[in-house]
Amino acid sequence: MEVAGLVFLSSGLFLGGPRGAKKTTNVFGTAVGSGMVRFATAAIICSVFVILGAVISGAGAAHTLGKLGAVNAIPGAFMVAFAAALTVYAMTKAGLPVSTTQAIVGSIVGWNLFTGSLTGGSTLVTLVATWIICPVLAAVIAAALFKAISLWLRRAEINIFRLDAYTRTGLILAGAFGAYSLGANNIANVMGVFVPVSPFTAFSIGDLFTVSSAQQLFLLGSVAIAVGVFTYSKKVMMTVGSSLMSLSPIAAFVVVVSHSIVLFLFASQGLEHFLANLGLPTIPLVPVSSSQAVIGAVVGIGLLKGGRGIRGRVLGSIAAGWAVTPLIAGVLCFVALFFLQNVFNQQVSRLVVYEFTNPVLTRLADESIDIGGVKSLNGRRFFKSVVLADELDRLAYDDEEISRIVDLAEIDNFDFHPDRLADLGEDYLTPDQYAAVIRLSGRIFTHRWLLDDALVEGSEEWALLSDSTINKLYNREIDEKRRAIYSLFRVAGAP
Amino acid sequence: MKRVKLFNKTRELESQIDEFCEKVDQGAMTFKIGINSYINDDFAAFEEKLKQVNQLESQGDTLRRNIERRLYEQTLIPESRGDVLGLLENMDTILNSCEGAMWQFAIEKPHIPEEFHTDYINLTDASVSAVDSLVAASRAFFRGAETVSDHMHKVLFYEKEGDKISTRLKMAIFADGLDLAHKAQLRNFVEHIDDIADTAEDVADRLAIYSIKRSI
Repeated sequence: MEVAGLVFLSSGLFLGGPRGAKKTTNVFGTAVGSGMVRFATAAIICSVFVILGAVISGAGAAHTLGKLGAVNAIPGAFMVAFAAALTVYAMTKAGLPVSTTQAIVGSIVGWNLFTGSLTGGSTLVTLVATWIICPVLAAVIAAALFKAISLWLRRAEINIFRLDAYTRTGLILAGAFGAYSLGANNIANVMGVFVPVSPFTAFSIGDLFTVSSAQQLFLLGSVAIAVGVFTYSKKVMMTVGSSLMSLSPIAAFVVVVSHSIVLFLFASQGLEHFLANLGLPTIPLVPVSSSQAVIGAVVGIGLLKGGRGIRGRVLGSIAAGWAVTPLIAGVLCFVALFFLQNVFNQQVSRLVVYEFTNPVLTRLADESIDIGGVKSLNGRRFFKSVVLADELDRLAYDDEEISRIVDLAEIDNFDFHPDRLADLGEDYLTPDQYAAVIRLSGRIFTHRWLLDDALVEGSEEWALLSDSTINKLYNREIDEKRRAIYSLFRVAGAP
Repeated sequence: MKRVKLFNKTRELESQIDEFCEKVDQGAMTFKIGINSYINDDFAAFEEKLKQVNQLESQGDTLRRNIERRLYEQTLIPESRGDVLGLLENMDTILNSCEGAMWQFAIEKPHIPEEFHTDYINLTDASVSAVDSLVAASRAFFRGAETVSDHMHKVLFYEKEGDKISTRLKMAIFADGLDLAHKAQLRNFVEHIDDIADTAEDVADRLAIYSIKRSI
């Protein structure tokens, strides 16, 4: 891995790490601030579970960010992360509530605008919808949980000291769950943009499990958070924990649990799979704002207590944050990318060319898309997906067709030179998949879909299943393996 | 293992608190028997009870210090630690008052005319009943029961009852033909006994607040 790569990753680590660490104060702040749990205990549990959550379940939410816009060059990814971090820093300094999640989304859209890439429209809608649902859901869960616990306490008559011991245990368990959910859901904010350009390659440990390149990134990111927890969180936990919310330990427990459930719901691939198997609708895996989940939960308890002490201003500022944060981050990212590209001469995006070669036209015809209009574009090269999309729009294609045509027309360059095959990790792929790749030795592909087709032809195990919720998990895994193949055999520069 | 140990310690503390409440209750009851003995001129029995209250008081002190030290050393119940501390100390004050009043009897050996006997005994009953109810309320508070207020209103009732008796008694004393020094002395003893009920009421008032705080 190149040194430059490390330097660029650092924006994720140094700016994302402390931010992530700050969020852990949501999880353990009240417990530590009120003296129920010692800081050292909290920090150790927190670090371990953040890392576990990020590595085991981090992929789901990160995948969604990847769909919003595939930041395809590492300096670009650096700036996306940097702009988001800067926005968060500035807004925090100004005393405004801010969500890293929302900043990073704004930042990615900024990158899309700067590089002329298409923004995943439906993904954006899903993301924004979840932001609104997240605090509401947290409020509902918190209110229900709080009511249930109060009723139970009234009935169970628990000695004050026993209750204290239970609460401590509960806070520690809830904190561990919270840290896990936080790692799973929010690692996408720290490391998500680097996934498509990960400088790591997948490897296996024995036959037991493989560690994908994304997981290595997440490990790195979560270790940064863990370091942040130890170095940075203590003071924040002590002050924020006790001053921000004056909650009773039991209310604090309820807040942490509800926050964690919400984050977990929006990050768990296992749950998604489970729901899909039952034929139920699944929950989108999206990075949501943990701070807003906490505020939602506190408000939920407040409403249950009769709505006293809830300040409308806080609610207003959350709603304002939904609009303002992404906007600032987007603009900042756009401007910063301009400087990075033109002043520092860094490539902020991989040069992508769109061209209607013969295989593309044949394929379009196969998919019964009318190629009459496209033919008029024959021989032209497009360097921005947005420009091509506008052109196609003019030719009266609908949105679905446009995104398919843009996908197919993208020129890529893969060279399966025998020398490069040696780098292929055997353990990461199934034997069939591996054999299929080996059979491509010496071949060159000019479109990604051509390579995909060749892989599927080589082995059924490279094929994606039909697009249903049950198959989502499997397809995601195949996608990830395909991406690993792309990055291994991609040759720089347009053909 | 740590979990098991954690709950063991908790159980120990629970039983110490229980024991402390018992000491206070026993102290009050012993006080009542002691005063009755004094009024019935059974000084030997009185001396015996004084000794017992003495012992209970010092045992209560030891227990209280023990509990308090544990609360802070193990940073238990951070939210209501101050409240519990206040409660224990105030209950200890009641024990002290009982002991103090008995010492006054032992030192001054006041002569109580026959006609005041019933009221002195009634007053002592009221004060000790107030303490009884307070101890019951405190136990309910520690146990996390909802019955705190059930006991609390009894404390207030007995305190009021004690006030009525003491006013009546004092008026009777000063309407009597005793010399002024004797009257003043008898009045002091009325106040010594009545103070116990007053202290119980003060503690009950605080307890009411603590239990509101406890109900999350």
